[in-house]
Amino acid sequence: MSCVETEIRFQLNGREVRLDVPVTMKTLQMLRERLDLTGTKYACGEGECGACTIQVDGQTVNSCLMYAVDCDGRELVTIEGLRTPAGLHPLQQAFVDHGAVQCGYCTPGMIMQAHGLLQKNPALTREEACRGLEGNLCRCTGYTKILDAVQAVAEKG
Amino acid sequence: MQEITTYLAPHRLDEALQAMADADATVLCGGTDLAPQTESGARRYQAKLLNIRRVQGLGAIDTTGAEIRIGATTSVAAIRRHAALAAIAPVLAEAAEHFASEQIRNAASLGGNLCNASPAGDLSPPLLVLGAAAELACWRGGAVQTRRVPLDQFFVGPGKTVRRADELLTAVVFERPAADFVCRFRKAGPRPALEISTVSLAVGARRAGGRLADVRVALGSVAPTPLRARRVEHALEGKGLDAASIAAAVEAASEDARPIDDVRASAWYRGHLVRVFVEEVLNELRRD
Repeated sequence: MSCVETEIRFQLNGREVRLDVPVTMKTLQMLRERLDLTGTKYACGEGECGACTIQVDGQTVNSCLMYAVDCDGRELVTIEGLRTPAGLHPLQQAFVDHGAVQCGYCTPGMIMQAHGLLQKNPALTREEACRGLEGNLCRCTGYTKILDAVQAVAEKG
Repeated sequence: MQEITTYLAPHRLDEALQAMADADATVLCGGTDLAPQTESGARRYQAKLLNIRRVQGLGAIDTTGAEIRIGATTSVAAIRRHAALAAIAPVLAEAAEHFASEQIRNAASLGGNLCNASPAGDLSPPLLVLGAAAELACWRGGAVQTRRVPLDQFFVGPGKTVRRADELLTAVVFERPAADFVCRFRKAGPRPALEISTVSLAVGARRAGGRLADVRVALGSVAPTPLRARRVEHALEGKGLDAASIAAAVEAASEDARPIDDVRASAWYRGHLVRVFVEEVLNELRRD
């Protein structure tokens, strides 16, 4: 399909990005194929699994459904944006420490969604984490260790 | 081959409506329905892609007056967390609470959910029991023209509404419910999250002196469109909630619902769920 391109500018993990994108391109494809940020994963492509979760203006969304043109003027954070020069983000470290990663494919989306939940509610309960992560599928862990990791961070406040 | 020749992301309503005047625009807001539908080939793009998310004034919720107004680009998440709206219309907040996942709620818009016109659209039954109307705007004769369509006349079939291709859904409006308004929402699916409802039900009525008045009952996923269950409403109007009136409402529900067999459930199961839901919800209201 042919379609026009348009120029967009936005903040990505704290830096300014400017590029031309086809108007039907999705944000996930832009991140992975145009900006080489492959931490964000493609799985279902229709908003059912959460593997592509990123943060836009402080809200988590499925980047596979978001049109790249709609990034214009907004602030994006991807899994690559969580790590600091000091090392892994505490939530990333908790996933490691609690064995919340098996095949790892759902992990970036799972962490981005849990990170969003904890930003809104640092004292997140296990039940609230369970509800908040309902849009993220994991086919390995059975979720228990993921919830353990999220809960550990919530308890540390 | 479909070809998009123009992309527009206007900030003003008149600009958006002028872009739609030739009826050749695909409207984009959250993209949560548009993206999968176009990717799968179920839907084609028009020549223009019109992103309305930046149009000023379309994303506001106004609960201050006698008329409640929710702008079309309001996200489902914004509806869910709006405390004043939840107090006025808990049935809508309840539906927003059980809508898809947080990621989808953050992106999906009220207008998109209604214009997508799925028989299973989660926001339709609650808005039907609130007596809501869709506000449609277009550009005619050099000015913005608007009309209102009661929501029970808005849907005409799966994916089809009375909205013309040059019209934009700008808001949903409904009269502030009376102080004695009671309401409930219920939906069923194999899991709580990201579920396209097998059946959904909303009930709203005024309750004074133990009797129901202005009863509105709406069903989702049991007909080609979300619908008002007129026979159930008739069975309850002016009645108190007791075993006899509830039994009559349950029987009436079977006449109102016209479910089909599809991948999500059989017609038999949907018909059964409707009866169970009507009975459960009315018994809950009775106990309150």
